Amino acid sequence: MSAVLRVDNLHVSVGGGSGTSSAGAAAAREAVRDVSFTIGRGESVGLVGESGSGKTLTCRAVLGVLPPGVAVTGGGIHLGGGSSGADVELTGLDRRGWDAVRGNRLAAVFQDPASYLNPSLTVGRQLAEQLRLKRRLPRNQTRAAAVELLAAMGLRRATAVYDQYPHELSGGMLQRALIAIAVAGEPELLVADEATTALDAAVQAEVLDLLRQLREERGLALLLVSHDLAVVAEVCDRVAVFYAGEIVEQGPTADVIANPRHPYTEALLRVASLGDWRRRDLEVIPGRPPEPGAMPVGCRFAARCAHATDTCATPVALSTVDDRQVRCHRAATLELVGA
Amino acid sequence: MSTLLAVDGLDVTFDRHRVLADLSLHVQAGEILGIIGETGSGKTTLARAVVGLSPVRAGRITFEGTDLTALRGKARRAWRRAGQVQYVFQDPLRALDPQHTVARIVAEGLVVAGTLDRAAIDARVRAALAQVGLDQSLAARLPGQISGGQRQRVLLARAVALQPRLLLCDEPVSALDASNRNHVLRLLADLRDRSGVTVVVISHDLSSLAGIADRVAVLYGGRLVEQGPIGRVLSEPRHPYTALLTASAPSVRREHPIPARALRPAPDHRPVAAFGPDACSYASRCPFATQACVTAPSTAGSEWSVACHHADAWRSRLAVGAMSTRRTA
Repeated sequence: MSAVLRVDNLHVSVGGGSGTSSAGAAAAREAVRDVSFTIGRGESVGLVGESGSGKTLTCRAVLGVLPPGVAVTGGGIHLGGGSSGADVELTGLDRRGWDAVRGNRLAAVFQDPASYLNPSLTVGRQLAEQLRLKRRLPRNQTRAAAVELLAAMGLRRATAVYDQYPHELSGGMLQRALIAIAVAGEPELLVADEATTALDAAVQAEVLDLLRQLREERGLALLLVSHDLAVVAEVCDRVAVFYAGEIVEQGPTADVIANPRHPYTEALLRVASLGDWRRRDLEVIPGRPPEPGAMPVGCRFAARCAHATDTCATPVALSTVDDRQVRCHRAATLELVGA
Repeated sequence: MSTLLAVDGLDVTFDRHRVLADLSLHVQAGEILGIIGETGSGKTTLARAVVGLSPVRAGRITFEGTDLTALRGKARRAWRRAGQVQYVFQDPLRALDPQHTVARIVAEGLVVAGTLDRAAIDARVRAALAQVGLDQSLAARLPGQISGGQRQRVLLARAVALQPRLLLCDEPVSALDASNRNHVLRLLADLRDRSGVTVVVISHDLSSLAGIADRVAVLYGGRLVEQGPIGRVLSEPRHPYTALLTASAPSVRREHPIPARALRPAPDHRPVAAFGPDACSYASRCPFATQACVTAPSTAGSEWSVACHHADAWRSRLAVGAMSTRRTA
C-alpha cells in the first residue's frame, strides 16, 4: 500500500524559536517527541491520548496550523506520491505551497463546527465557494454539485439546507456540512480532530458511519484524533497511543485492544467505555502525566505505572514486535489485560 | 425509600414552544438518578425548573412536601438561601468568576446565606475542598490557573459547601477525558455514600451514567420516554429511542445486540402521519411509528416505565438481516 501520509521522527517544540541551533532547541519545551506513523490510501489511523499528550499538536503539524510559538523542530511530514499528486515535504512549505495542499490534498474537521462557518453566509454558498476554487467548477454548476454533495453526506432535504444559515442547523447537520466542505476538493487525507466529541451519542454514531462510508466510497484516508479510545475503536484500522508527547504503542486497533503491550494502553482500556451497561467499577489512572519541561529521562509513564521497575528510569526506545510498536522496557515479559 | 423530589405534570414553554410536556418524575432520597437525552430534549430545562430558573407554566415541583412552584417573595428567597437543592452548572469556565479565587468562589453561597461567621465559613470551605479531593493549596488560585477536572471539582465544592440534600449536576463530565470523568463520577458516588446526599446527574453520555446511577430517566422532545433501573433499561431498552442511544454509544467492544442503523429511520423515511404537538415526541423520527402514535402514549409501569404504543412489539418489526452486526469483536 502506498502511503498517503508519512510522519518521520517528528519533533514539535513550544517556545525557543525555530530551533535550528541545538542550544535553541534545548531551551524550548518539547511537546511532541520522535513521532512516526504512516497512513495508506483509504486507511484510517487514530491518535488517542489524554489532553496534553501531543496528539492534537501532531495533527496540527500535519495541517501546518501550529499555534504561534510552536514549531516543528525535527523530522519530516511527507505527503503523497502515487497517482494522486506529487510528493510534498510539508515541513518545508511556504505559504503558497500550503495553499496548494490544504483543501486540495489535505482537509480537516474540528470539534466545534459552528465556529468554522461564516454565520452571515448560507451553508450552500460556503460549500459552492470550495467547489469553484478547488474543483474549478463554473458558477452555473456549483449549486447542483453542492446540493448533491450535501445529500451524499446524509443530509435530508439537501436543497433546503443549501439555503440555510449555520445557526439554523443542528450540531450534527453542521458537522456534515463541514465534512462536505472538507471533501469538496477531493482530498487524499481527512483529519478529524475530536470531530464528534461535542455531538449527541446518536448523532456521533451517524457521523462516524459517514466517515467510514467516505473511506469505502472515495478511498479517503482518515487521521482521527480523539481522547476516547472507544471512538477510535469504532472507526480506525490502526491506533497510535500517545502519552506525554510520545507514541507509546502503535498497531492494528483490534489487536491493541484485545492484547495491549504497553501498561498505559491497558490503563486507558480500563477507563474506556466497554458497552457493558452492568459494569459498575469506575477505574481511574492515578497520578498525572509529567509536565513538559520536566520530563523524566526514562519511561515517561513509569511514575504512574503499576509494573515499573528500576530499569524504567533509563531511556526507552520504541521497539517493533510483529506488527506492533511498543515503548516499554518490559513489553516482552508483561502479561497485560485487554478488553 | 421516600420521595425527596416530585415533579408532576410539568409544562415549560418558551415563546409558545413547549420545551417540557406533561413531565412527571420522582427522585427517591439517597439515590443517584441519571437523566439522558439529546441536545434540546429538555433535560437542562427540567433541572433549571427545580431551582426556579425555568418558567413553569403548569405542574408542580414538590421537595419533601414543599411546593416549590408556589413559593413567592420572601419565602422563595429563604428557600434558595437555605441551599437544600444545589445546581452544578455545565460549563465550569463560564460558571466560575475568573477574578475570584477558588476559596472565595466556594465560600460565596455561605456568605450569601449569612448564617455563619467568617471562621466557620473558612472551615466549611476547607472541608468542602477536602470532600471533592482538591488540595488546599489550590484555594488561592484563580479558575484560569487550574485544570478542567479541578474546575469541575471546584463547582462541586461550591455546591457541597452548603450541605445540600439534593445535587443537580448538569453534564458534570462531558468535557473531561475518561480517567478524569471516572474520577469526578466516583466523587459523586462517594458523596452520596458518605453524606447521603441525593444526586441527579444529567448527561448525554451513557457510559458515564452506567457506572454510578441507580436509575435512569430518558427524555426525548420534552417528554419522559422511559425510566427504570439503569442496568436493565440500558441492557434491554423498551423504548426505540433508548435502544438507539445504547446502540449508538461508542465502545471498544462491539456487544450491542442491535446495530444502530437498524434503529434509525431510513434515509428516505417519511412519517406515516402528521404528528402534531400531542403526538408521541419521538414519532416523526421513529422507524416503528404508526397511526396510533398521533396521540402521546401514557406511561405504563411504576418501577420501570415506558411511554411507547409499541413497547412490546417494535423488536419483532426489526428489519430482517438488521441483526447481523457490522463489526466483530
